[in-house]
Amino acid sequence: MRISSKQITLLVLLALIAVAPFFFPSSFYYRVGALVFINGLAVVGIVILTGYAGQISLGHAGFAGIGAYACALAPAHLGIHVGLAAILGALISAVIAYLVGRPILRLHGYYLGVASLGFGILVAMVLSNEGQLTGGPDGIAVNDLGLRSVLNDMGLSLTNSEFWYAFSGLTLVVGAWLALNLYNSPTGRAWRALHGSEVAARTVGVDVARLKLQAFVISAVYASIAGSLLALQNRFITPEVAGFMHSIEMVTMAVLGGVGSVLGAIFGAIILTVLPQALTVFAEHEMMVLGLVMMLVMIFMREGVVPTLLRFFRGRGE
Amino acid sequence: MINKTLTTKALTGILALGLAGTTMAEIRIGSTLSETGPASFLGDPEAKTLRMLVDEVNAAGGINGEQIDLIMYDDAGDPNRARTFATRLIEDDEVVAIIGGTTTGTTLAIMPMVDEAEIPFISMAGAIQIIDPVQPFTFKTPHTDRMACARIFDDMQARGITTIGMISGTGGFGSSMRDQCLDIVGDYGIEVVADERYGGQDADMTPQLTNIRGKDGIQAILNPGFGQGPAIVTRNYSQLGIDLPLYQSHGVASQGFIDLAGPEAAEGVRLPGTALLVGDQLDDNDPQKSVVLDYSAAYEAEYGMPVTTFGGYAHDAFRLLVDAIERAGSTESQDIRDAIEATDGLVGTTGIYTMSPEDHLGLDISAFRMLEIRDGGWMLAD
Repeated sequence: MRISSKQITLLVLLALIAVAPFFFPSSFYYRVGALVFINGLAVVGIVILTGYAGQISLGHAGFAGIGAYACALAPAHLGIHVGLAAILGALISAVIAYLVGRPILRLHGYYLGVASLGFGILVAMVLSNEGQLTGGPDGIAVNDLGLRSVLNDMGLSLTNSEFWYAFSGLTLVVGAWLALNLYNSPTGRAWRALHGSEVAARTVGVDVARLKLQAFVISAVYASIAGSLLALQNRFITPEVAGFMHSIEMVTMAVLGGVGSVLGAIFGAIILTVLPQALTVFAEHEMMVLGLVMMLVMIFMREGVVPTLLRFFRGRGE
Repeated sequence: MINKTLTTKALTGILALGLAGTTMAEIRIGSTLSETGPASFLGDPEAKTLRMLVDEVNAAGGINGEQIDLIMYDDAGDPNRARTFATRLIEDDEVVAIIGGTTTGTTLAIMPMVDEAEIPFISMAGAIQIIDPVQPFTFKTPHTDRMACARIFDDMQARGITTIGMISGTGGFGSSMRDQCLDIVGDYGIEVVADERYGGQDADMTPQLTNIRGKDGIQAILNPGFGQGPAIVTRNYSQLGIDLPLYQSHGVASQGFIDLAGPEAAEGVRLPGTALLVGDQLDDNDPQKSVVLDYSAAYEAEYGMPVTTFGGYAHDAFRLLVDAIERAGSTESQDIRDAIEATDGLVGTTGIYTMSPEDHLGLDISAFRMLEIRDGGWMLAD
């Protein structure tokens, strides 16, 4: 039996999540791990949109904001459980992505980039200015998910950080699995066709506008779930989650690791989440080092870190 | 393929090792401040103050003979990063207490962490919800915005002002103070006839000010907010030739504000401030005088720049903590917490602190002095 590259990617991912804790000197690292997985999940969404379908969004943090604030606001105003609120947030994000994307994605070029940029900033502004509803710039508290106490009752006792490490890790594996399945599906092939050439894809009968819209909606759901996970883990959320810098961070992670590959995107999330923690000793030079890493990757590994390394190892193996 | 797995695993291992390990010291105090980012004008003097004071205490033999090891991170004003750093301070660095939380957002993100880990935490952020309701392990040094509103309305009452207009920033500080002011203004018999807002990046507030000026019977204008906004408001105010008293918040109590607004435009602006800005004008038997002058002199000698109220908050937070550790004679977090709560009459730059289980701020409104800007400097107004 031949193992497909999809299964290998998932196995590597699972192994990483399972083995990493053996290297953790303290439970702080579970927190960093959980942040890596949450960022990774959002970045897998970017891989679908940018890596598969070739579209650029500079406002995905807006969807993370919607997912996060759904967890804070829906339980308070609609009386539903936070878990359901996260799903509701994902639905709202999908609908908004559909409404925003539908007119824009009929156009060529970088209109989506510009429009999504505006959308993301708009969400951040609404979240910080509608203080009576959202708690304003100082943020708002989020209810406990309650899953940890359920697990506790079942005899599986985890600390808070261990639980979030495992929970967001598993969510990431599911997200990565879905994304990998999409890659080889007819939709995924059509995406890659329109990524290669929109004109050629249209000539062979691909409904370009509809497929671009699908990719945008799916990636918005990824961002929304990531935002919800962040809100649920922190039990507190501020409008920063929807901020412009967060959008840029997502795209940067995807591009750094390799925007065409799910594993690459996760690797990008690892680097950009862990590096700032490792660089606290030279806090003043953190931005310089990060910038240098980015430049070197862009110059010497133009497809991103993981695809370039894979090619290097394959090339040597043959 | 095996290569890839091994490489990734090895890489994770190396990264994990690289993150680990700081040397052991006697008393380890943690801090996460917004040294860079939008709140850096608060976080930077706070960080400078803490470094200076730690060196000072260590040079003098430490606390109860033990040296202090200060571990400081820069959260850039992002609550998510602040929470990560707080986790790191608690779980990895194993500090006995945390000073920090420059902004209300970062403070609120840290509070659940310290409560769960039972580590005493002294914040330098303004909002009232940090200490109301009281959380057992969270303390703070600055006055609340509610107290600033009360102090301003006291002064207005004394001057016979009954009709005012407000122009507030939409940032965390401005929004929170606006809400608190509107909440208590009725108690002072003052009516707010105009309530304008401006965004953090706005470069011109003349339309809002013109609106306020047009209201009937307006007697004064109040501007809750910090950063560049209040400086622009002040400049526009003088450009429009508005001849009404202008009140600013304690959020602009630094020389930077006067420089940014211009000494001529800022002339006559009133705001509630701390003794720190008017140290040499204080009465000789004022208990705060020596504390304030010592801190100012040391800071100016060390960094060659004037002190700000915000650095003063850090000074007070550190003094509270040192005092508590000395009195507790212990470096157990629980003992330190109990000692902070029992603080009685500690003289700081902001005021004189007396904590209790119901009051984790320990200041009253009398610690606020009404200041007026005269000739590009601060004057006691009363």
